[in-house]
This record gives sequence, C-alpha cells and structure tokens, in this order.
Amino acid sequence: MAANTETMTINMGPQHPSTHGVLQLILELDGEIVVKATPHIGFLHRGIEKLSEHRTYHQTIPLTDRLDYLAPMSNNLGYVLAVEKLLGITDEIPERVQRIRVIMAELTRLKSHLVWLACHALDIGAMTVFLYCFRERECVTDIYEKVSGARMTSNYFRVGGLADDLPNGLEGDIRAFAESIPEHVEEYEGLLTGNKIWQKRTIGVGEISAEAAIDIGITGPALRASGVDWDLRRDNPYSGYEDYDFEVPVREGCDTFDRYKVRLDEMRQSARIILQALDKLKPGPTLADCPKIVLPPKQEVVSNIESLIHHFKIVTEGFKTEPGEIYQGIEAPKGELGFYLVADGSAYPFRMKIRPPSFVNLQGLPQMVEGKLLADVIAVIGTLDIVLGEIDR
Amino acid sequence: MTPEVLTLSETPWLFTGVMLVKIVVAFVATLLIVAYATYAERKIIGRMQTRMGPNMTGPKGLLQPIADGLKLFFKEDIIPSQSHWFAFILAPMMILAPAFISISVIPFGGDLQFTYDGILYAVPMQITDLNIGVLFIVAMAGLGVYGIVLAGLASNSKYALLGGIRSTAQMVSYELAVGLSIVVIFMLSETLSLRGIVAAQQLPLWGLDSVSFIPNWYIFCQPLAFGLFVVGSMAEINRTPFDLPEAETELVSGFCTEYSAMKYALFFMAEYANMITVSAIATTLFLGGWGGPFFGWINFLIKVFAFMFFFIWIRATFPRLRYDQLMFLGWKIMLPLALVNIVITGIAILLW
Amino acid sequence: MSDQAIVKKLKAKFSSEILDVVEFRGETTVTVKKEQIVDICTLMRDDLGFNLLCDLCGVDYMGRSPRFMVVYNLYNITTKKRIRIKAPVEEKNASIDTVSTVWGTANWHERECWDLMGIKFNNHPDLRRILMPADWEGHPLRKDYPVQGPDREPYQGRLS
Repeated sequence: MAANTETMTINMGPQHPSTHGVLQLILELDGEIVVKATPHIGFLHRGIEKLSEHRTYHQTIPLTDRLDYLAPMSNNLGYVLAVEKLLGITDEIPERVQRIRVIMAELTRLKSHLVWLACHALDIGAMTVFLYCFRERECVTDIYEKVSGARMTSNYFRVGGLADDLPNGLEGDIRAFAESIPEHVEEYEGLLTGNKIWQKRTIGVGEISAEAAIDIGITGPALRASGVDWDLRRDNPYSGYEDYDFEVPVREGCDTFDRYKVRLDEMRQSARIILQALDKLKPGPTLADCPKIVLPPKQEVVSNIESLIHHFKIVTEGFKTEPGEIYQGIEAPKGELGFYLVADGSAYPFRMKIRPPSFVNLQGLPQMVEGKLLADVIAVIGTLDIVLGEIDR
Repeated sequence: MTPEVLTLSETPWLFTGVMLVKIVVAFVATLLIVAYATYAERKIIGRMQTRMGPNMTGPKGLLQPIADGLKLFFKEDIIPSQSHWFAFILAPMMILAPAFISISVIPFGGDLQFTYDGILYAVPMQITDLNIGVLFIVAMAGLGVYGIVLAGLASNSKYALLGGIRSTAQMVSYELAVGLSIVVIFMLSETLSLRGIVAAQQLPLWGLDSVSFIPNWYIFCQPLAFGLFVVGSMAEINRTPFDLPEAETELVSGFCTEYSAMKYALFFMAEYANMITVSAIATTLFLGGWGGPFFGWINFLIKVFAFMFFFIWIRATFPRLRYDQLMFLGWKIMLPLALVNIVITGIAILLW
Repeated sequence: MSDQAIVKKLKAKFSSEILDVVEFRGETTVTVKKEQIVDICTLMRDDLGFNLLCDLCGVDYMGRSPRFMVVYNLYNITTKKRIRIKAPVEEKNASIDTVSTVWGTANWHERECWDLMGIKFNNHPDLRRILMPADWEGHPLRKDYPVQGPDREPYQGRLS
C-alpha cells in the first residue's frame, strides 16, 4: 500500500534564532528532508540607495556603515574608493592613508570572520567557540572605538583620506592583537577542526561546484572554497594591496568544511597583512591634497577665514563631480562588494547601486539545501555568512 | 545482635513513618540538586567559556536558581488558543513524574541502624528495594517520552511537532541500546535488584585477593557496556550533543517552543532530574553505588556529581549531531555493539 | 585582450546594435540596443569569457528619452577584466529580455530591478517583488517617487 504522504511547509524566520537576522525561509519538508526552500528578504529594507540620491557624497558614508554592520569599515572603504575613482583622485591618496585603510579593512575582515565563526559554530551547537570568538572580536571593537569613537558604525574613512589619524599608542595595540590571532585561530581549530561531530556536520554539506557558484555569482571565501582562485585584493588591487605579501587560500572541497577552513586561513593572512602594513606605516598626512574635496584641518578653520569659507562650502554644498559612471569592487569579508556610481555633475550621486555580496551569495541557498536535511539548512545559512543589513539595504 | 528489618505487617506505624521520611528526604534532596544543577551548569560552563555565570543574586549568585524559580512561578501561564489544553497541561507533568519516580529505587547508601523501643532496626537507605529495580527504571525512562510527544502534539506548532517526532525516534532507538547494554550487568550479578547489584560490586575485583584494593565495579569488567550506557543515556535525556528535540538553533526550542512560565520550568526540571537519575543509575550499575572510601551516601553523591560534571563538560565541548547521524549511531553502531557485548559476556560466564 | 579588442569583437558581430562606446576613468561602457541583449550577453559570456555578472541594475534618467538604462557590470575571472554594458529602455511599457538564462545570478538582480525601478524582464522565471512587500504600489527608486514615501510631507529637518 502506498503511504499517503504530504509535505509540511514551515515558516523559518523572520523571527528565528539562526537565520542571522530577518531572513525568512519558507521550507517545504518531507519529514526532515527539505524539498523546496524559498528565501524571502526585504524585512530590513531601508532604501539606502534611494537615500543616497538625496545626500552629498560625504553624507552617504554613514549610511554605508549600516550595510554590512559586521564589517562597517569595508563598506566605508568600498564607497570611498568608488567616489575617489569618480573624482579621479585615486592616485593622490597619501601613503599613510592607504596603509591605515588596509589595516582597518583587514581588522574588519577579522571582525566579520570572528562573528561568522561564532554564529556558525553556535548554529551547529558548539557554544564555547561562540564566546571565544566574541572575546577576540571585542578587541577589534575596542580598536574601532579608539579610532572612530564608535564600536560598530565606524564612519571613519573620508573621501580623500581619513576622519583623523590613529590615536597615540594604538599601533601597539593593533600589533599585539594581530600577533595573537594565529594563536587564537589555532584554539578554534582545536575545538572544531578535528572534532568528529563537527566534521560530520560540515563535510559534504552544502556542496556547490565552481561552475554553479560562478553562475549564481557567489564570490569571496565561498567561491574560493569551490576551487576558484580569485581575490580582488590580489587580482585588481586597490588601496595599495599590491605592496603586501599574502596568500589567497583556495580549497577544492566545495563544502561547508572547506569554506570554514578557507575563512580560518584568511584570518591568518589578514593578521599577516596587518603586521606588514604596520611595519610600512610612516608618519604623513591623513588627507589628500585636494582642497575642493577634503575638509581643511580644524586648526586652519579656526584661524583662517578662507579655510572657514571652504569648510562651510564643502559641508553645506558638498563637492561636485564630473558626469560619468564607475564601478568599484573590493574584496569585502563576505565577497565582492561593489559600488556602481552614476554622477550627473551635481554634488549628489545620481544613482548609487550597491552590489552586496550576501545578497548574491544567498541566491545559492536553495540549490545548496534542497534534498538535504533541516539541520543542514542551518549549517548552510551559517556558512554563506549572510548579513541582512546588506541584503536588504 | 542482628538488627530487625522493618516490615509493614509487624510495625505498620513505624514503617510508614520511616518511609515518609525517606521519601521526603529523597525528594527534597533531588529538588535541591535539580535547582543547584542549573546553577552549577551555568557557573561551570561560564568558567569554561571565559565568562562569569550568575554572580549577582546572593553571594556568588547562589540564590539565582531560587530567583529563577520565583520568576517562573509568577509569570503568566499562556496556553495557545489552538492547542489541545488538556494534553498541553498534562505533558510537562508526564515528563517530570517519571524522572522523579526513578529515584525511588536507587540505593544511596548502606543500612541505617537505629533503636526504637529497645529493638535495633536496620533501614536501607533506599525508598524501596524493588526486586526488578532495573526494569522499573527502564520502564520509567520509556514513559518519559510520552510527555515530550504530547507536548509536541498538543502545542499545535510545527516546530514543536518536529521536536516531538525527533525525540520519539531518538528515545526509542537509544532505549534499546541502553537496555541491552545493561543486560550484561544482571548477567554478572544475577539479580535485578539495584541493592543486590551494588552489593555484588563491593567484593574485590573478580574475587581475586591479590588485587583486593580494586573493588569489583562493573566498569572494570564491562567498560564497553559502560561507554554505551553513558552515551545512550545522554541521548535519552536529550543532552548535548544529542539535544536535537530542543535544538534551539534549528527548531527554536523544539517541543517546548509554546510553553511558558512554570510549565516551561517543569521541562527544565525534568531535564535536570533525568540527568540526576541517569547519573545515579550509572553510579549504581557501574561504579559500585555507595561503595568507596567515605561514608555511604557521600561516596554516592560524589560519583553522581562527577557524572553531572561530565555531562556539563560535554555540553560545553561538542556541537550537535544531525538527525540521520544520530539514528545511524544508535542503530548501526551502538545496538550491534551492545548485542556483541552480551554474547561475549555470555560465553565468558559459561567458560568461567 | 584589451577593452578595444573586446569592443571590436562585439562590433564585428553586432555592428547595428551598438549605440555608443564610452571610456571613463579606465572603464569601458558599451551601450547597446535592448532587442538582442540576450545574444550579446551570451557572446560576452561564451566567446569573451565574462563569466561573472557582478551586478545588474536600472538607472532612471527621468526627462530623457528613453528614460531607463539597464546596466550590466561584467567581470572576467580569468583575465580579471571588467566591462559594462548598458541597454536603454523606454518609459512606456518598460521591459527588456531577461539574462537569467545566461547568468543565473541575474534572477534576483532582475527581480530587484523590477521591484525598485519597475522595469519588466520578459521570460523571467519568477518576477516578483523582492525587497518591498508583495502588495507595494509604485517603484521606489524611480526619480518621481518621493524619498519620504508616498502621500507624506517632505521631511523639513527638525524644528527646534
């Protein structure tokens, strides 16, 4: 007798402990096996692209903090580089600025990967790793606070430079932190990598081939774990990444375990880059010499009438750009973060399109989970490292 | 002078009184251990995870379990309108009662002697010495699953239902492995009474006088059975890494998703009571019960607490298994191993 | 292969389709007619190796005709080259063929473009709103859609 079977539809999210925010998944289950997964997004849509059309270029920087709120400085960097490219001042950025941007971007990568590992491990049930990772993440947020005054929404980079120089003594803190990272990564690996249950939960789960991944547009560590050797920092260097000696970890396994290993290796490489950048960091200006674009130093504003007028004009009117359009992609912790800017010659972006890595990576989820078990959905959401802030914008 | 044994027919009032005292003492002690097990778990895991754990309520946070209990007592008790109210209320009780009842057959110590009316009486430190004690415990463990299934069904929530289904499958399959793993114990002891099993473990190992400092605990001659029992019972009481029925990252809270207030607390009490029961059974069956260097029940408690520490430690270390892997482990690894163990033990008993 | 060579190849095959080629800040933008966009994109992917569609979006040039522009930002993972293709779409009955058959990733990008810009993608497998609620009216990224939302007074700043 044929059994009368029916699938069960469950509604996972937007309030669910492990959808990493307000992702909603409609899952059709046959027992515990996922027949169909449909992601629904948009619960965190704040219209950042629309808002940016009504703000000057500088005023958009704080909005970018709210994209991938786990890696705010990467978003700042991507946006700032895009505007600099649009203005044509990419080559005028002082060396110190570039070094500090690299340091901050790599710290951000560490911060983002730490949260990823924490949540990924917690989703699979390893609670201790969560707290270990947050312990280290706390150091990065402290550094954030020291440079920008904010622990999460940093808003630190400016078009043409930085909001301010590094405070005294911070270089030592960053160096100590970067030096401790390999040791900490070992610690996490000790808890997870050799753990039989961890291996069983991750090896062969959420597989996606290189061709399928490229077709879906998956970028970043998830693509590198499928065997595609591509990293924008090395292949289309920006902000002086060509000066640093680092490896791009690539693995062939295409599964959750290899994505985990790739990200852990990236953390070690990030620490290497930070240490090299600190070695190369020399005193110098922290703003480009473009008086029409960057704000004059505070000291001059209070003592010099021309600087004051300048300051006033830049703050109230913003700066104008040439008409044109550019696309700037950077290697954000989660993949390629792209900013497509169309300028019409006014002080406002005519159109800003953000290419959020999580948005594209999430598209691969149905393909990776259909036919698998419910518990694998959780593992795959974790391994894709999605942040709803940038998916929904 | 050999002490008299208290019986209901000869000294009914004294017997009833002693019985009531034993029940109250055992129950209160278990409840207290349940309350402080939550505290201990939070403190120990906190220490393992580089954080503090509760430390604000009372000295070193010692009043935290009481504060939690009070809070849960006074919270609004929500019964979802679409749920089956009777089964919904019944479920937490059905899960808690078997957990506590199992305590009644566990011996915590040797005989207690006292004189009443000039007659010396001996009272076993055990609520009742059932001659089928082991079977009783296995039966009670089997009853516990009804509570979870009922909770899952009555909640009328899909997550709860999935949790209920998971736990049914899990408990049924692991009960087999656990039941079979302890068969070898009564093959060796030739009794089903837990008291008898403990008594059999007080002799020197394998009856050899040369190693008389090692007691005949069954962990030494049945390490495989011990391992199977510990892993299987972890699965039966839904502790990490087998906490699938309430896997909070997958099923929100599994079968107790819809519960609140004291009913929710009852599930947690049942979990910890089960943990105590399982630790006590493991102590009795494999670690020689109350035998050891100290006075009777102190040995017993030390062993029970060591087990509970072990369970808590596991929770801080391991990720969660997946449903199919759990079933695989239960049916394809643990069950055959338990069967093989029985056969080998049987042959060994026949030969020697 | 330099950008000129790519454009040359494109021109050889689709000479009548190409409207304009612009270079700005080292980036090449090719504007093509929308009719054969799928064929052009297939050529870009198969013969020219642009296997990754980085981004797809619509731009609203209100007041100009045709009003919309659909922009495809392409990337070649082998040669690490970028190129941009644009196709104008007129305001009335705004629609263009889907390229989700060429790059799977276009699926969600096109849904987003439909949702926020109101450009229809013909033959799209699943053209629903993606970021806005399913029953939303209007397309928020259009220039004539007020930033404060429909039927609301514009924000005047805090009155204090």
